[in-house]
Amino acid sequence: MIAEAGLAALWLAAAFALVQLMLAWGAAKQGENPNVGLMMTALRRTALVQGLLALLSFALLIALFVRSDMSVVLVATNSHSLKPLIYKVAGAWGNHEGSMLLWVTVLATAGAGVAAFERRLASATLAATLGAQAAIGLGFYAFLAFASNPFVRLDPPAPDGQGLNPLLQDPGLAFHPPTLYLGYVGLSVAFSFAVGALLTRDVGPAFAKAMRPWVLGAWIFLTIGITAGSYWAYYELGWGGWWFWDPVENASLMPWLAATALLHSVTVLATRDGLRAWTLMLALVAFAMSMLGTFLVRSGILVSVHAFAVDPTRGTFILALLGIYIGGALALFGARVGTITQGSTFQLVSREGALVLNNLLLSVILGVVFIGTLYPLAAQAAGVQLSIGAPFFNKALVPVALALMIATAAGPLLRWRRDNMNALAKRALVPTAAAGVAFALLFALTGGAHFVSVLGIALAIGLGVASVAPVARRNLRRTPLHVWGMVIAHLGVAVSIAGMAADSAFKTERLAAIQVGQNVTVGPFRVTLADVRPTVGPNWSALEARLQVRRGDGAMFELFPQQRFFSTPPTNTNEAAITTLLDGQLYTVLGQGDDKGRWQLRLWWKPFVTLIWLGGGLIALGGLIALIGRVRRERRVAEAESWA
Amino acid sequence: MRRVLIWAPLVLFAAVFGLVASGLIKPGDRTIHSAMVGKPLPVLALPALLPGKPGIASAELKGKPRLLNVFASWCIPCIAEAPQLMKLKQAGVEIDAIAIRDTPAAVQAFLARNGDPYARIGDDKASRAQLALGSSGVPETFVIDAAGRIAYQHIGDVREDDVPLLLAELEKAK
Repeated sequence: MIAEAGLAALWLAAAFALVQLMLAWGAAKQGENPNVGLMMTALRRTALVQGLLALLSFALLIALFVRSDMSVVLVATNSHSLKPLIYKVAGAWGNHEGSMLLWVTVLATAGAGVAAFERRLASATLAATLGAQAAIGLGFYAFLAFASNPFVRLDPPAPDGQGLNPLLQDPGLAFHPPTLYLGYVGLSVAFSFAVGALLTRDVGPAFAKAMRPWVLGAWIFLTIGITAGSYWAYYELGWGGWWFWDPVENASLMPWLAATALLHSVTVLATRDGLRAWTLMLALVAFAMSMLGTFLVRSGILVSVHAFAVDPTRGTFILALLGIYIGGALALFGARVGTITQGSTFQLVSREGALVLNNLLLSVILGVVFIGTLYPLAAQAAGVQLSIGAPFFNKALVPVALALMIATAAGPLLRWRRDNMNALAKRALVPTAAAGVAFALLFALTGGAHFVSVLGIALAIGLGVASVAPVARRNLRRTPLHVWGMVIAHLGVAVSIAGMAADSAFKTERLAAIQVGQNVTVGPFRVTLADVRPTVGPNWSALEARLQVRRGDGAMFELFPQQRFFSTPPTNTNEAAITTLLDGQLYTVLGQGDDKGRWQLRLWWKPFVTLIWLGGGLIALGGLIALIGRVRRERRVAEAESWA
Repeated sequence: MRRVLIWAPLVLFAAVFGLVASGLIKPGDRTIHSAMVGKPLPVLALPALLPGKPGIASAELKGKPRLLNVFASWCIPCIAEAPQLMKLKQAGVEIDAIAIRDTPAAVQAFLARNGDPYARIGDDKASRAQLALGSSGVPETFVIDAAGRIAYQHIGDVREDDVPLLLAELEKAK
């Protein structure tokens, strides 16, 4: 019964999306109709009900997984009665159908959120926005109902399930997809706002202020998702790296880059009424990148380490949706943007100017990642099989990233509208000096080696100093929260880049084959292989090495890297053992043994590598603080207006 | 100039859309090419698992093309592929096996229930031979050519429509 109820809720939600679209049509068109207020109320309530029904449907799917109902195909193929509860729950979205239902649920809930909370937007624009959101929803409901129904029954029921991909049996990954989806789909709201504004030609500061919290929220989740995903790949895949430039990783990075640019341009629109067309464009591009990412991951069109649910039929369906929504929106943009009046202009040397530069550099990075991700596909069309990896991306992106760091440092030091170079130079004196001193010291210490990485660390230090400058001479208690948010986020960028550069310049790797009792050194550590023995977990067995590690004359500690074997489905995974110290991480992986009793060990000493994810966390925290600050300020303004 | 710029995103999108659509219609070669294909079988010396059935010594696996099946009694897809292996055996194919992390009693029971297509069964308690073969799961089936090289790797269970394919690969491997 639960499965049927879930399916019914899904169909009902789809029906409400259809009603929502029609109500939005009426409410947006009949501006002078006396009933428009009534229609708006109906529209808001319809969006709320649609969101609740989608949530109900998703909750019922989770219930099926928790009860291990093996009469449902999706549960039987993706779960197992012996799995720990958290992975049963995560199993609900750790597969194609469930994750698409999650996608729709987030979409519908976001629409309900707009309907419930958005008070500042002109009612015609709000109606058009909710209409666009319903139109997107309808496409995905159709996708679920006709190509990926998660509630299909299995007759006769399976005796037990086939399990969940063991790589996904990790708390980090269990919550990774929902986080990313909140970001991906959150951008659909920005997209709907842009479509709504294009339809009603109402693009101005009020529109930007309404859109900004949604962009900020989506961007926070994307940041957390990417940071967590990177750390997951780092410790779970056991290859010692933190970014692979895999198409699936790029699929999450591209919307993030677009959203970061959008976040900055929407601020220009909200505060200075500039960059109108550009902001709309970015809102469309950001969601286009989300959809393209979903498509790339699901169509199997690109070869990737972790693409799943490879199925051309589904790929075609998503591609069709992509064509309709993104193509349609871009056509609308072309037709309408000429009639949107230009906003305020500004001088080149100004806060706006720096933000435009930031946008251009981010767009270049986005372009490079986009080309690098799709190039193998273009080559394939020309009959060549190839893949593009880290060397291309590093070579192409490092110079742009360094320039972006300088722009990021300069932006907050500039005044809005106009400023002069001399004043900027004066304010930039301390950060520039910090970067210069750091560069000279590091250059001397490394003897000129790792030039680019050393430059990166120095610029990161300069950026760090420049980031705190906006609060340095202010009354800290009266500094608005969103300024704090910016400071923390920019500081996070500096911390993250310092970690990346330090890792690439100073990491040491050691591959050894040693017998029990022998030792090997890596960086400042001496690692002894004490023994290798079998061990068992709830649904796996493993070979576990006991490594005794000593740094210099320091105290000995132990690490236990494993080779795990899962039986359902049969898979081997490497469980790296990592120890985190103040100045970096020691990363150990147990490889194969040979017939002479030697075991392969891969060891990395990665100085300051943790800064990468700490920085990512700071960026997300900064976003959160800015979001809280913006929402509170909006509420205060709204209250003041209601008294006036 | 401005009018051109306005339509540029749509044109760009159309181009990407066309590219992606063509990639979807005319998919590239997506089969996993094992790095081991074309290389000689790694040196294996696996003890016999069952009495009366020899173990695996890679030096002996020469002379005529044969199949090397990586399986386990605890593996459900292995049950599904068992009838196909029996068919291949009846077609005169010599099939050897590597039993992964298994016990003699469990394998004995498995073969009694699903038929025994194997000429040899090597005991791979710690999956070492499996890893040396570049095999990542059970079941997997390798075609070994007459010179003892790996000619073909089939990942997953052998289904009915895979049988002619395997026979063709065996024919090629002579």
